[in-house]
Formats: sequence, structure tokens, C-alpha cells
Amino acid sequence: MTGLLSLTTFAPLLGVAAILVLRFFAKTDDEKTVSAGKWIAFVTTLATLALSIVLVAEFDPANPGFQFVEDANWFAGIHYRMGVDGISILFVLLTAFLMPICIAASWKSIETRVLEYMIAFLVLETLVIGVFCALDLVLFYAFFEFGLVPMFLIIGIWGGKRRVYAAYKFFLYTLLGSVLMLAAILGMIGIAGTSSIPELMVYKFDPALQTWLWLAFFASFAVKMPMWPVHTWLPDAHVEAPTAGSVILAGILLKMGGYGLLRFSLPMFPQASEFFTPLVFAMSVIAIIYTSLVAFRQTDIKKLIAYSSVAHMGFVTMGIFSGNDAGVQGAIFQMLSHGVIASALFLCVGVVYDRMHTREIAFYGGLVNRMPWYAAVFMLFTMGNVGLPGTSGFVGEILTMTGAYGVSTWTAIFAATGVILSAVYALSLYRRVIFGELTNPALAEIGDLDWREVAIFAPLIASTLYLGIYPAAVFDLTQASVDNLVALYSAAIGA
Amino acid sequence: MTFSADIALAGPELVLAIAALVLLVFGAFAPRATTAMTIGSIGALALAAYFAAFGTQGRGFAGGLVADDASAFSQVAIFIASAIAIPLGQKWFAQRNIRNFEFPVLILLAALGMAMMVSAGDLISLYIGVELQSLALYVLAAMHRDDAKASEAGLKYFVLGALSSGLLLYGASLIYGFAGSTKFDEIAVAVQAGAGTGVLFGLVFLICGLAFKVSAAPFHMWTPDVYEGAPTPVVAFFAGAPKLAAMVLFARALSEGFSGASAQWGQVLVIIALLSIGVGAFAGLAQSNLKRLWAYSSIANVGYAVLGLASGSAEGVQAMFVFMVLYMVDVTGFFACLSALSRAGKPMETIEDMAGLMKERPGIALAMTAFSLSALGLPPFSGFWAKFYVFKAAINSGLGVAAVIGLVGSVVAAFYYLRLIKVMWFDGGVGGTDKPPVEAKTIAIAAALFSFPLVLGALVFIDPLAKAAAAAFGLV
Repeated sequence: MTGLLSLTTFAPLLGVAAILVLRFFAKTDDEKTVSAGKWIAFVTTLATLALSIVLVAEFDPANPGFQFVEDANWFAGIHYRMGVDGISILFVLLTAFLMPICIAASWKSIETRVLEYMIAFLVLETLVIGVFCALDLVLFYAFFEFGLVPMFLIIGIWGGKRRVYAAYKFFLYTLLGSVLMLAAILGMIGIAGTSSIPELMVYKFDPALQTWLWLAFFASFAVKMPMWPVHTWLPDAHVEAPTAGSVILAGILLKMGGYGLLRFSLPMFPQASEFFTPLVFAMSVIAIIYTSLVAFRQTDIKKLIAYSSVAHMGFVTMGIFSGNDAGVQGAIFQMLSHGVIASALFLCVGVVYDRMHTREIAFYGGLVNRMPWYAAVFMLFTMGNVGLPGTSGFVGEILTMTGAYGVSTWTAIFAATGVILSAVYALSLYRRVIFGELTNPALAEIGDLDWREVAIFAPLIASTLYLGIYPAAVFDLTQASVDNLVALYSAAIGA
Repeated sequence: MTFSADIALAGPELVLAIAALVLLVFGAFAPRATTAMTIGSIGALALAAYFAAFGTQGRGFAGGLVADDASAFSQVAIFIASAIAIPLGQKWFAQRNIRNFEFPVLILLAALGMAMMVSAGDLISLYIGVELQSLALYVLAAMHRDDAKASEAGLKYFVLGALSSGLLLYGASLIYGFAGSTKFDEIAVAVQAGAGTGVLFGLVFLICGLAFKVSAAPFHMWTPDVYEGAPTPVVAFFAGAPKLAAMVLFARALSEGFSGASAQWGQVLVIIALLSIGVGAFAGLAQSNLKRLWAYSSIANVGYAVLGLASGSAEGVQAMFVFMVLYMVDVTGFFACLSALSRAGKPMETIEDMAGLMKERPGIALAMTAFSLSALGLPPFSGFWAKFYVFKAAINSGLGVAAVIGLVGSVVAAFYYLRLIKVMWFDGGVGGTDKPPVEAKTIAIAAALFSFPLVLGALVFIDPLAKAAAAAFGLV
């Protein structure tokens, strides 16, 4: 079905249009208008989710190439070219899955400029889906880069105390990485004479040139991932962003970095990827160990989870640059799983933050006495974060380590220590927040999850367990494309 | 070529010259007939644009005037920009009870000068075009004559402009002396034959003079002061069209007259481009007045356009055309926003004045956000596509390092564009802005809509037109 992909991508913009029309006729931001706006946003994201489920259902898993391809000539050799393969389709689904959750999570916690907030999220959804579907370098760059603006506004308008600082840091950091990628994109178009991603994936760039192009792309994706040592924007952005903003950031925006490495670095610059593999491994291992230790020392719950995200992304980069089936499959799985678990953890923080308006670990303690359901939910996702077998977190970690083991034993061994360290910080966080006596008098009246929060967590719990028990659900879809990618990569580096 | 054939080539210029004179006489007898003046002048511009687009092409007046795809493309763009400036300015002056019927006439004369610039085929018509345009602009800058700052701006513009004209003239006479001709094609033959240092010496002066007109560093000093002092709608006009005209003239003079010395002027242009980008990015950081800020922004943007030119290829010239046209829309729109905003009758010109504008005037604030993001070079706004063309051309002609420096410069500049967005969107305002005049608001919002999303469709048409225009200069 042609057109389905564009429809999925741009469906959220229909919601934006509806909200704008609503605002235009309502004239004021009274309660009824705001409520209608929220419902429009929610229904739109649900419709987008439905469309993406249709997309997955219609997807042919045996075909390693791009499907649902749309191609129209634009100008200056640029095409409007969209399509998904086994690597990208699940990210589309993940985005569409998390968006309604974000809208529902912001239902009560966002009180000012609600309509603008909903518009920002819907625009962001279009852009992120566009990133995963774009098959033209310039189109990809346009989606990728413009995503900065809604996120900048989300952090800057609805964020915490140091929101302006965090918003700037986020924007400028990412922009600097991206412009280097833009230079590389322009160079590639000049040399290969096309901006089509499928054509560039089989174009053989000169190995000396590959090094430069690889570095430029890496600059952008490493910031986005984020990898040590360019991760410092992430904790600030997470801490200051509203809950739903953190969910989107951890759940989807970080994945654009990993997706970029899979889509561009590995297939287009295989020699350079092989050459830089030790560097990436070193950075990944440092990220896993160092940021785990840093996470342990945090006093702010959100900051702790932010650092833990950096550590988990270390597994992703390690898996991708293993360049073998297990590593790449594991990296994709780890990204999807982290997208669910980290989002859920940020939502867990949001639950107590909405009630107490603080994220200090020391403020809490003994929550299990007042909030047993919350404690159970938080427990599940903490275990997922640690990588307990049975949760989705386990599958990604073990596969990426298996993949890395085949290439570099030491890398896998060091990375394995990260699994222990993640247990250290995650369990100690859980103990300090949930267990013990309820000593803080301010917590005496704190209430357990309400039905809205339960409804938000239910799909996340289900997917964490489902993916943990039946990971083949993912691999069936990714297998053909990953095999193809790995085969091309191995052939190119002569392994 | 016969005289009548020559006349046919000069259709747009003749229309404008006659219309300017007729309107001047009409205005002298009916100084209050503002609407008639507006309609008359816009009609003249429309007619001139028609002649430019569909008139005959060729070389006339012994090579002094060239009508080709390049001149047609730029003239149409210039006439549209001039036509937009007229209602914008008329309203602004009327609000301040300054009833100068000369305003549309001066715009027409400036447009005439620019039309001559883009179709100049020799050094003499080059100089006449530049001077006609400049003199009209000096007067326009000082039009608000009871305002000390505007008068200062006009005077400063005039004195420094006269200096640059001197440089231009000196360079032209050196070139004439050493090459033996004022015509670009004959100069090109002389340069190919090895005209030597004398011509190159003259060329450097010519480049300096033109760099001044486009406000490229290190000849940019006048720009912030003049932008700040001159009436805002006048700035909206002279920040756009005259720069396009000067850039086209720049491209034509260099590629038709000095293609044999492209290695030499290429180097000079790269340095000018990078200096402009650097000055625009870093000096802009220290500005709090938006008109000054956008002056530095325009210096940086001209740097990008010059970088396109420095590529020395047809692709680079095409990039310059696309860049200048898209930039012109942005800058006109931005200054239209500024001219629309006032608080209790006082113009809002500093960044702090814009606090909370998103709540108070969402239309204008959204438009200004679009222009800021566009100037920042963020896709899918027009400014991104403009830079896309320029950097692609630069990288393809081996200026990769310069392109990367330019891109990093745009990240530095991002800081001040973001500050404007931050102030408008994040901060709380004091309220009390006046209702914006409908002309300025319409122009601003139309320009913002062009910046995104209309540009995505418009480029399908602009791309081949700019390509044809660039091909007219005979570069490869």
C-alpha cells in the first residue's frame, strides 16, 4: 500500500490542524477548550498508533529491502523518498506506542499553555517517525534536525528551574554535531551524485574518505545517543524536562542516534567502521562503567535514571559495532527495550513528582507502606533496568555482549561488569525510595496510583514482560534486514 | 544593433524611469494622494517585471546593457521586493505624520538603479547603476528627518558609501587603463591574454567597493549603525533587494570580465566570506538591539552568499541566486515584524522588548520565530535550503574546509537566534503592545509562510530558474 507510510508520518499534523482550528474558534483558553485539545491530541496519537500497527501487520518480514516505498522527485536532485525495513519499522511502532502514553501522562501535570504543549508533542511525533522512514539523506536531515525545535520548546517552556540552561545546552550540543553531519551529507551527494539512502548503502566510498565521513556522522550520532564523553547535555535535559519530555527523550530521541549508526555508518562506511571499532568499544565500555558509577552517586532520581540511560546506550553502540548478527540484533532489541523501560522509569518518577514536587532521593523512603501498587510497578521496571531474565532488559544485554565477545573478549568482560553495577545503583535507588520506615511526615498522606496511572503503566508492563519472554516477536521482523546488513558489512570488510 | 532594438532591451528600466518622473510631477501637485502614488508605483513595478520576464533578450547599447536570464530573474525578484516595500513604508510614515510623497518615487529610482546593476555589461553602466541605487537609498535612510538617529544613519551611509564608490571608480579606471576597455567581454580577453598586475590591482579595488555595497566584512562597519538609525520599513527594503542586486553585479563582473583570474578572486572571496561569517556570528552575540542584531546577521548571511560565489562554478552562482532570493524574503519579513511592533507608540527594538510576545501577539511572534529559525539554517525553513545550495557548491569545488568553518559559524550564531526565541516563548511579558498595522502584519505573515512551508514547493520553480540565470554567466 503506497501512501500508508506518509499517512502514518503526517497523521499527527492533522491533529495539530484540528487543535489550531479549535483554538481559532474558541478564542480563549478556557477549561473546555483545553480539555477538547487534550482529547484531540490523544485520539490523534491513538490513530497514529493504529496506523503503525497496520503498517507492522502489512510488513513482509521475509523481505530484507525497503517496503511501502514512496518516491517523488523534488528539486535539485532531492527526492521525497520514504520506506521502512526491518530495522526501522519497530522504531516507528515504538514512537507511536509511546506518544499516547506521553499525552496521558501530561493530562494533569501540565497546567499552562496546554494546547501549545500538545501541538509540540504532535509535531515531534511526525518528525521522529519521519526520521525513521526517510530514505533520502536530505529529507532525513530535515526531520532529524527540526526535531530539536519542539524539544527545545518543551524543555524551555514546561521545564523545571534551570530549564533555559538545559534547553540551550541540548540545542547547541546537538546542533554542533549535526552541522558536521550536514557537511558530510553534502560531500556524499557531491561524490555519489545521489541523495538516495538505498543507493548510497551500496555505493563504495573511497576508504580514505570514509574516515572523514564516518567521523562527521559519528559526531552527530554520538551526541544524540549520547556516548561518553559528549553525554553531559542529557542529565540536564532530563532533569529539567517535564515527565513526558523525559519519556520522549529517553524513549525515542536517543534511539535516533543508534538508528543512524545502523542506517549510515555501518553500511555506507564499512571500512571506516571497522577501523574505528576499537574506539567505539572503548567509549562504550567507559560509558557502561563510568556512568554507572556516576549514577550511583546521584541524589536526584531523574538524574540517576538519565545516567543509567547513557550506560545502557553503551551496550547499544557496542552491539552495533560488533558487526555480527547477535550484536546488531541485540542492539536493536536493547534500544526497543530501553525505550519501554526507561520511559516507564521516568513515568515512575513523574508519579511521585506530581504528588510531592521533588525528585530528591533523600526526601522519600518507605513508600511501600503507602503505595504498594506503585512499589510493585517500580520494582518491575527496576528489574528490567538491571536486566533480570524474564524482562526485556536481559535479552538486549546478553545479545550485545555475545556479539561483542565474538570480536573482542575484553570488551565483553568489561561490559559484563556494567550489569553488576547497574544492579548496584538501581537496587539501591529502589531501596532508598521504597523500603524502610516512612519517616518523612510530608509523605504521610501520599496516595497510591490512580486508575489513569494504572492505565498508563499497563501497556508498558505488558510489553516489558512480553518482550522478555518472547523476544522472537522482535527478531522475526528484524531478522531479514539485519542478516542482509551484516552480510554486506562482512563482505565489505572482508571478514 | 539598431537603436530601436536597444530600446526594446531596456524595457524595464524605461518603464521605471518614466514612471518615477511622472509620479514625481504628480506628487508635486497632489502631495496628499498617497493611495494613488502607491498604486501607480506598484503598477509601474509590475509592468517592469512583466517586461523583464517576457521581454526580448540580448546585448544592447554597445554592450553596456545585457538582458539575459540572470537579469530577468534578479529584476523580477527586485521589483517584487520593491513593490512590497512601498505599502509597508507608506503606512509607517503615515502613522508618524510624515507625508513625504517622494517615498515611492525614491523606491522606484532605487529599483531602476538595481535593474541597471543586474544588467550592466560594462564598467560605466555598473557605476551608474550603483550610484543611482545608492543615492536613492541614502535619502531613504534619512527620510525620517526630524529623528536625529535617522539623519545620522543617512549621513553615515552617505559618507561611507561615497568612499566605497570612490574605491569602485578607482578600480574601474585602473582596469580600463590596463585592459584598454570598459566592456566586460573585452576585459575578459585582455585578462586571458595576461593583462598583468595592473588589472588585478584594479580588480581588488572593484571587489572592495562591491563588498562594501553588500556589507561584507571587513567593509561592514556602516551596517549596524545604518540599520539601527534608519526607519524600519526602509531597512526592510535595503537589507534585501539592493544586496541581491549587488551580489548579481558582483557575480557578473567577476565571471564575465575576470573568469581568467578566477584563482585570484576566488581566494579573496573566500577570505571575505569567512570573515563575514565570523564577524556576523561573534559580534552578533553582544547585541541587544534587534535591528543591530539583524545587521550582523545580514553580514553573516552575505558571507554565505559570497562563499557560493567563491566556488567559481555555475553551481556556486546558482547557489548565490537561490540564497539571496530566499534570504531577501526572510529579512523583509523580519523587518516588517519589527515595523509592526510598538508599545504605547514607542517602537520595540530590543530583545527584552519582545518578552512574552508569544502570548500577546502570537501571529507576529510565530513569524519572528520562523525567521529566526530560518536564519539559523534549520531545516525545513528556507534559510536551510539557501545554505544547502551554498555549502553543496562550496564542497563540490574543493572548499570543504571553508564550508565546515561556515557551518560552525552558524552554530555560534544559533545562540543569538535562540535567545530571541527564548525571550518570546519562555519569558513573561509586560503587555501593552499596540495593534499592529495590517499591511506590516500581512507582509510578515506571508513572508513567514513562504519561509515555511511554501518554500518547499517554491523551490521546485526557483531551482531551474536560478540554474538558467547562473548559466547566463558562462561559468561551468
